[in-house]
Amino acid sequence: MLPVLGLVQRASWARMPELLLSEAALSALRLSLETAAISTLLCIVLGGPLAVVLARSRLPGLRTIRSVVLLPLVLPPVVGGLALLFLLGRTGLVGRGLDLAFGVTIPFTTAAVVLAQTFVALPFLVVSLEGALRTAGRRYESVAATLGASPSLAFRRVTIPLVLPGLLSGAVLAFARCMGEFGATIAFAGSLQGTTRTLPLLVYLERETDVDGAVALSLLLVVVAVVVIVLGRPRGSQGVL
Amino acid sequence: MKRLLACGVAGVAAVLAACSSPSQAPSTGGASEQRTLTVFAAASLTESFTALERTFEQQNPGVDVVLNYGGSSDLAQQIVNGAPADVFAAASDATMKTVTDAQLTAAAPTVFATNVLQIATAPGNPKAITAFADLAEPELKTVLCAPQVPCGSAAAKIEQSTGVDIPAVSEEPDVKSVLSKVSSGNADAGLVYVTDVNASKGQVQGVSFPESAAAETNYPIAVVKDAPQAELALRWVQLVEGRDGASVLGAQGFGRP
Repeated sequence: MLPVLGLVQRASWARMPELLLSEAALSALRLSLETAAISTLLCIVLGGPLAVVLARSRLPGLRTIRSVVLLPLVLPPVVGGLALLFLLGRTGLVGRGLDLAFGVTIPFTTAAVVLAQTFVALPFLVVSLEGALRTAGRRYESVAATLGASPSLAFRRVTIPLVLPGLLSGAVLAFARCMGEFGATIAFAGSLQGTTRTLPLLVYLERETDVDGAVALSLLLVVVAVVVIVLGRPRGSQGVL
Repeated sequence: MKRLLACGVAGVAAVLAACSSPSQAPSTGGASEQRTLTVFAAASLTESFTALERTFEQQNPGVDVVLNYGGSSDLAQQIVNGAPADVFAAASDATMKTVTDAQLTAAAPTVFATNVLQIATAPGNPKAITAFADLAEPELKTVLCAPQVPCGSAAAKIEQSTGVDIPAVSEEPDVKSVLSKVSSGNADAGLVYVTDVNASKGQVQGVSFPESAAAETNYPIAVVKDAPQAELALRWVQLVEGRDGASVLGAQGFGRP
């Protein structure tokens, strides 16, 4: 909490409206919210099935898969950004093929921002959801099966409602992580107003010339984070992650 | 959890102790007392100042030069916030002004070197870029520094004076980020300092253009006010501005003021 107090006392409140309503700030806020929302959806689409596999299947090598999924959580984001660059960049492993075959280059586009955010935020959703699936157990599904429900019906009507709080809290954490993403974005996507310059990138840049502006935008990020955590975190999921 | 907390506290204490020990360490001998000169310098001076460090330590036995490289405005902010520096060498007049405005220099700063922009391309210049106006080509992926940082404001100045509008695909927060986007092959061209091209050791190729002279960047140096090693600090400034400094800086591509 104390560092946030430091920000609050350094803020120049008189200039706050002007600083927050500047074109650069609004465009960065819009871009951050949009990309974080898309990335969170991608995390659910990709991470949901992954969490089910991790929690339910008895595949050999599951521990290895889990370690790989958790890697972005412990990796410095800038390393993740470099990894993405050398995979999907114009001279990268996959990126070169994309460029030659379709003329598509990913760096410097909004898609690169989304990819960077999804990369760093995915583990948050997977860990949260896997925990919820394990806590929920299989008893209710078994009961549903004895009552004649097919496995897919039991999954839809019993399992998903049971783990919904866990899924939501995972999505909220992933969204918050996306909003704060910096290192992977700057390394992989670059920084251009309206296309790739999200709020954290703008804060880093503003700090160079206008500390007041950087502080105002930082407080905006703090507010967004608080709103996301307080409102978005469903009751009854306190124990999950 | 408790144990973890205890570990954390012990760790922090250890780090603090380690940080504070050099200044308090008892000197081993009376005459050959070990002294530390702390120099804050812009990142673009890395190669030159590291070379000068050796010269200085040979000329001044018992002195250890500690060089702290970083973005000029970061370093200026650190000094304003009380970082213990003896000398500050900045990559622009504007960042030095942050420190002089806070009245934290012992004397007025002096300019010891200049730098100009150059177009960085992939080795062999595959896109055949020969002039500044070539960067206006929309098909070309050009990366610049953001106007908030010195290399970006220099680029903007040249754009303005020539009327050439560069459709940049990214405006990076520092010059080394621009360089890495070009050297990794993701950008076709970037505007960086001629010294950055030299320091890249062939990873990028430099294309000079005459318009760059209009946006020459000054490198000012100053002894910080109430520097712990004020006398050594002055000697460092003399070395940088003297013949040794000139030859080292010149070899890196810096100009004379």
